[in-house]
Amino acid sequence: MLKQTYLLGLKIFTTEKAEVLRTEPKIIKPLCRIEEPSVLQRSSVVNNDEKTKETPLYFSLLLLTIISFSALWSFNSFASDEVNVYSYRQPFLVKPLFEQFTQQTAIKVNVIFAKKGMAERLAREGKYSPADVLLTTDISRLIELQDKKLLQAFESAIIKKAVPSQYRAQNEQWFALTTRVRNIYSAKRLGDIELDYLDLADEKYRGRICTRSGKHPYNVALVAAIISEYGESKTLAWLKKFKANLARKPQGNDRSQVQAIHQNLCDISLGNSYYFGKMLKDDKQKVWAEGVNINFPNQANRGAHVNISGMALAKYAPNKANAQKLMEFLVSKPAQQLYAEINMEYPVRTDVKPSALVASWGNFKADTLPLETIAKHRKTALKLLDKAQFDL
Amino acid sequence: MLISALTSTSDLFLHLWQSVLPHYLLNTVLLAVYVVSLTLVFGVISAGLIVHTNIMGKKILRWLLILPLAMPAYIVAYLYTDLFDYAGPVQRALRSMFNWQSPQDYWFFDIRSLFGAACVISLVLFPYVYLLTRTAFEQQNQNLLRAGRLLGLSPKQNFIKLILPLARPALGISASLVLMETLADFATVQYFAVNTLTTAIYDTWLGYGDLPSANALASVLMLFIFAVVFVEQKARAAQSQQKSMINNQQQVIILSAGQQFSASCCCWFLAIAGFLLPFSLLLVMVFEYSTSAQFFSLLDSALNSLELALYVATIAVLIALVLVLFQRLSRDISKNLPIQISSFGYAIPGTVLAMAMLATFGPVDHSINDIAIYLQLPEPGLILSGTIFALAIALVTRFAAIANGAVSSGMKQIPANLDLAPASLGVNLKTSLAKVHLPLLKSSILGAWLLVFVETMKELPAVLLLRPFNFETLSTQVYQLISDEMLEQGALGAILIVLFGLFPIIWLNSSNAKTDKTTHTSSIANAFSSKKRPQRN
Repeated sequence: MLKQTYLLGLKIFTTEKAEVLRTEPKIIKPLCRIEEPSVLQRSSVVNNDEKTKETPLYFSLLLLTIISFSALWSFNSFASDEVNVYSYRQPFLVKPLFEQFTQQTAIKVNVIFAKKGMAERLAREGKYSPADVLLTTDISRLIELQDKKLLQAFESAIIKKAVPSQYRAQNEQWFALTTRVRNIYSAKRLGDIELDYLDLADEKYRGRICTRSGKHPYNVALVAAIISEYGESKTLAWLKKFKANLARKPQGNDRSQVQAIHQNLCDISLGNSYYFGKMLKDDKQKVWAEGVNINFPNQANRGAHVNISGMALAKYAPNKANAQKLMEFLVSKPAQQLYAEINMEYPVRTDVKPSALVASWGNFKADTLPLETIAKHRKTALKLLDKAQFDL
Repeated sequence: MLISALTSTSDLFLHLWQSVLPHYLLNTVLLAVYVVSLTLVFGVISAGLIVHTNIMGKKILRWLLILPLAMPAYIVAYLYTDLFDYAGPVQRALRSMFNWQSPQDYWFFDIRSLFGAACVISLVLFPYVYLLTRTAFEQQNQNLLRAGRLLGLSPKQNFIKLILPLARPALGISASLVLMETLADFATVQYFAVNTLTTAIYDTWLGYGDLPSANALASVLMLFIFAVVFVEQKARAAQSQQKSMINNQQQVIILSAGQQFSASCCCWFLAIAGFLLPFSLLLVMVFEYSTSAQFFSLLDSALNSLELALYVATIAVLIALVLVLFQRLSRDISKNLPIQISSFGYAIPGTVLAMAMLATFGPVDHSINDIAIYLQLPEPGLILSGTIFALAIALVTRFAAIANGAVSSGMKQIPANLDLAPASLGVNLKTSLAKVHLPLLKSSILGAWLLVFVETMKELPAVLLLRPFNFETLSTQVYQLISDEMLEQGALGAILIVLFGLFPIIWLNSSNAKTDKTTHTSSIANAFSSKKRPQRN
């Protein structure tokens, strides 16, 4: 019976004008009539083989459930000698360090990297979050984590000793691993000049300045630092003039601004210190970097704006002991040296020298403004950037 | 999400409204208008030329024009900004050729502008319009067109007065699809330094740390999309069309040599700009920079990508099957509702969707763990939100529209008689579904599966945020390198993504060519159409 029905259906679909209805009227006619002879499924029916008939929905559903659950468990089975890292830093920057750590301690490092929504994910995961250690760039992100109560304080004599107190949280919830200066790059064709951040608003550079989006955390932190120094209204005026000096709408990243200087699109740009070193080491970007000088702003007064990349212990870290080991490893001398060499950042330890290349840019005076103050002004900075319509 | 939107703080809104929001809104509307009109123009012209004229290289162009679908928009965006930027090779060559020194010496269009963004996005998205319109054109009743000609319409008038209005459902559906895709996009417009409403969503959420306001903005965005789609649907609902399946000979307009040349230039331009050029740029990068070590390091990610795409495509298709069967068999008035609701996920930006997933599965995970602790079992950890599970569900939600559409259009092509015939022969429902409907749906199911598979391979933001530890996919790897201005290193990964997408698309198209015109392509085409098609049952 079943087979009969099936073959009938098959016949209907394989026959263009549904002759079958006329030839087998006894079965079909009393019940229904096909109004629109359809040729649609011809091929699929003809191609149809035994296999599809024998594997119905349920079977594949069952199979899928089994597969997916086994997959879930395997994803979730963490051995005890592991440490889980949520990282804002890109894996290829930190991978060599983690590899060395694993070599030394036999503790496996698991990483997730994302720039957006990491704090949100952590908050949603709550007390069952697998995260042990958080690795971030930019002070505001650390403070955000702290304010959302996603961190825990930890005691470590090693870290206390290694990291200067300026780069540690008062409540011991986070600390810096490296520092980076927000430099001003100027075209070599301008000669040796000294530039302060306020000079970016100077009218003589009209149409000659390039920068990445004002809302990028690095720029927001700079604006926040300026707010804490000069107050809101003066900062807004500065931002508006700065905006008027731009050669083009804020776009790209710090490197592409140097490229624009190389192409004579502008003369001055903002950029983090380490990009200079990285560009000099890149075959394609070397020529860009060679066309600019790196300036350390505000040397005559407060000092250059410094931001950090930092680290913190998650509130519900399941592998706390391993996390502590990783944190202590990353402030150790060899790791700091490795950091300095690979990423061209300034090591946070005063007894570890920056890489030879970075050191060749000379010593500089850093702004001693507490990092917390910068983070405090972050939202105001964002609002001022909106008000100045900096990115539009 | 809506609830938190309604209770959001108005302070920040006020600030945004007074500073940047009007500008963002304007940009959003302009972007949407530009992209939709450009894709319509590109899609309709190419489809018209392919179907209705004897254009040169018709066979190749026919499928070449679909290929931009396989290109992830963020990669094309990167390639084009790089190419046409002031520092890019094109402008550099021009400068050295004419000895220009600075941007003041000449005019060149600014790729990092609203219009530049719209052009590039349109080049990637127009195949949706092309595909649907082409199918619609091919299925049009040729007698109607002959009648038009007999009544004295010129071919041009025929096209404007008959062919286009008849293809309106396809146009409306593809346009709304393009609209959703455009508005949900963030990464691409960011390359072009264009701020849209999506920028505002991310700013309020990540910058100001104000999730409720971000939700409110996201809801505004979605309302905007729904409004447009709804108006379009209403306008179309008044019309009713008879679908004729009479297979008749296509009438082709014979073009003069000159016309033919310009027509095929037109199509080739689209094919080159949308696919061949970016693809060959990637190939060049691969040959210059890639090493075999890179390939092996990508192997892991490629497997992850495949695994994820496999799960997502399978789950999406199974859910679509259930929903479609429900729609088919239910006598309820609300039978269309589940399928329609499940299709709206396509308009939600990936990151927003990811947050929604965490909000949904977080509490479930917590209670699972609480129960486990209570029963003194070992804690399972975050088995839902912390694993590939949440990611897969997020992607299923996002691409359900595609799967639902493809499967339900397949189902609609099965006449109701086939529900009745087995029943009249005393076969129970279960068997008749398994033995009659499923086999008949096979090609639509396959089409749906492949489309979701391709889309999953390309998807980035949700994957970035929801993935478990040490879980890299091709798209996340490529993204990390792109975001550091090193696409050269990621070119191999990008090529792999494109190739994985390419094979299913070519396969779909070639099997379509073999099996008359109404099986595979139309199932893709209808994939998108049925979700917005006014239901007339």
